[in-house]
Amino acid sequence: MDMNCGKLKKYAFRVTKHRNVASARVRVPGGSLNAKVLGQVQYIAETYGNGEVHLTIRQGFEIMGIPFDKVEEVKKALQPIIDELDINQSERGAGFEASGTRNVMACVGNRVCPFGNYDTTALAKRIEKAIFPNDLHVKVALTGCPNDCDKVRMHDFGVMGMTEPQFDATRCVSCGMCVRKCKQLSVEALQMKNFRPVRNVEKCIGCGVCAWACPNRAWTRSKEQYFRITLLGRTGKKNPRMGIDFIKWADADSVVKIVSNVYAFAKKYIDPTAPGGKEHIGYMVDRTGPEEFIKFILQDVNLPKKAEIYRPLNWSGIRYVGLKSEPFYVGKDVNPADLAVFQKPLPLK
Amino acid sequence: MGYQLSRQALADAFKSWSGKYDVYAPTVFAGTGRFSETDVIRYGKVTDPADIVWDARSDYSFKEILTPICQVLFYFTEHSVRESEFPEKGAVIFLRSCDLHAVKRLDYMFLQNGPEDYYYKTLRDKVKFVLMGCDHPFEGCFCVSMGTNVSTNYDAAVNFKDGTYYVDCPDADLAAALKDHAEGTCDVTADHVEKDAVEVHIPENLTSAIAKSSIWDEYDKRCIKCGRCTLACPTCTCWSMQDLFYTEDGKAGERRRVQTSCMFDDYTLVAGGGCFRQKAGERMRFKVLHKVLDFKKRAGFQMCVGCGRCDAICPEYISLTHCINEKLPQGMKEVLENGK
Repeated sequence: MDMNCGKLKKYAFRVTKHRNVASARVRVPGGSLNAKVLGQVQYIAETYGNGEVHLTIRQGFEIMGIPFDKVEEVKKALQPIIDELDINQSERGAGFEASGTRNVMACVGNRVCPFGNYDTTALAKRIEKAIFPNDLHVKVALTGCPNDCDKVRMHDFGVMGMTEPQFDATRCVSCGMCVRKCKQLSVEALQMKNFRPVRNVEKCIGCGVCAWACPNRAWTRSKEQYFRITLLGRTGKKNPRMGIDFIKWADADSVVKIVSNVYAFAKKYIDPTAPGGKEHIGYMVDRTGPEEFIKFILQDVNLPKKAEIYRPLNWSGIRYVGLKSEPFYVGKDVNPADLAVFQKPLPLK
Repeated sequence: MGYQLSRQALADAFKSWSGKYDVYAPTVFAGTGRFSETDVIRYGKVTDPADIVWDARSDYSFKEILTPICQVLFYFTEHSVRESEFPEKGAVIFLRSCDLHAVKRLDYMFLQNGPEDYYYKTLRDKVKFVLMGCDHPFEGCFCVSMGTNVSTNYDAAVNFKDGTYYVDCPDADLAAALKDHAEGTCDVTADHVEKDAVEVHIPENLTSAIAKSSIWDEYDKRCIKCGRCTLACPTCTCWSMQDLFYTEDGKAGERRRVQTSCMFDDYTLVAGGGCFRQKAGERMRFKVLHKVLDFKKRAGFQMCVGCGRCDAICPEYISLTHCINEKLPQGMKEVLENGK
């Protein structure tokens, strides 16, 4: 059997541990789909695969047990799904192109969640349209509110929905529900003063719990939808870490532009020897420093006046390898006598 | 004899009224709902009849105009006090039959139940009511059961059909403008609901003995004491007094009254920290029995008008109609059997 594995992977097939067997991966931008997609997934799994489907971590399907010689047929059978999900594609019938940039994930958002501050799936689809298909390794995830059910801080770009609470004093009945709920569910940014809640603007994370809690529509959401953008979280073997705050009170246009801008940076700074041409953006930034990265991603971005950019950017995380010293071994790397200073008991006061 | 008006003609009539009256009606406040990208229907000033919502119940009632949510009574500095100003204009209020019956409850509370309430009366004297013809019940409405489905004591009544407004207007003041702008005349009888979606039966044997039954217990856990039911209710009238001091020396400030709710924690809070109704079930009992038992003993008619707003707004899906139809008979059975 001769198979061009690179080409296979480029169309989102996995080369599995089983000889001559692939699995077909279907991404669902924003995680919401019409149920008829499920019917086609079932058809492909039962017709070409072994009948098993894995729900992937990034909100897709992995249709398992596809023999190599069925791959071309499966690509054609995927077309109705691609059409239904409205996915960018350079050639009809060729299947999903998705080798580098990963599915744009989203929590269920305000289509059903009472706390969601925007339509996460709609924005995910908008980002999909802007960045797919692309070979560079970029992970984007969206979540409806700062509760971050989608764990967006584990991605290169995390997007959290925010609202700017609006207060109408003429509708306030001083019940204190907003203050209680902000304390219980959020960051304690509200305090009662002169029978009215006072919002600590610095502290407020724009979660919208006050608007959700208010029984009389004194607190409502802003017309504008805002976003917190977090940067360069990652999993991985070297230095897994949470993404850190980059911009508070960004708007949707800026989110799309900032994410789109990352590709120019990656093209310039990717390690030319990176295996398969894939490298986490974060490792490039470890080499260039954050300022160079920010210069690229803020290119032609028009942030709303309200936006606050966090500086400086410092990541931490667990470091198994990298910039800090390697683990050392007493006796081999260090003279035991040098350690004595750490073993003395502290003097009693 | 009534008048037939297009949207533009009625808008012109509104304009003629506007010298003397602001027109208030249920209208959409876009994006102001509890959840993002959801709307609220509540009372606001309208100048275009097209902004009036006909096809849904308003989440909050007209009472916000007659008993403002936050009403400053007077301003004070040292030895002088100045009464707050009332709106210059009167109000034309569009409302449905159940709500017009609620006005009767408000009038009873503020005008007949002891000395007249000056603030209510001052606003009330300058209000005209326009009945909105209502030809079908919304989910959870029960005006027929409460006998509030028909109203005749209106200043004007409007049926809205296929883009045309058909107005009956016994009030001469409002009629003048309608006559000027009408595009035709016809007989108009306000539409009314004839059958409830859910019939509600207040048990005939209901007495305050039910307070001791166990039916209220389940609400201890279900009710979150948010007060939406009473804030949305067109017949709830309770308020709290607030003295707000503008300066720390306490010499200048305002006294205002602010709507409150028997569901709130501070409602039965007394000096020394005592709180008479701590449990949600106790508060539910107080509210329900006020609506369908106690008030009637005093006033001679039920307080609840069956508008269904409390059911529709409850975030915990606690239903007053369910309580009346299912729980009250159960509770009476329980206390009567225990009494034997």
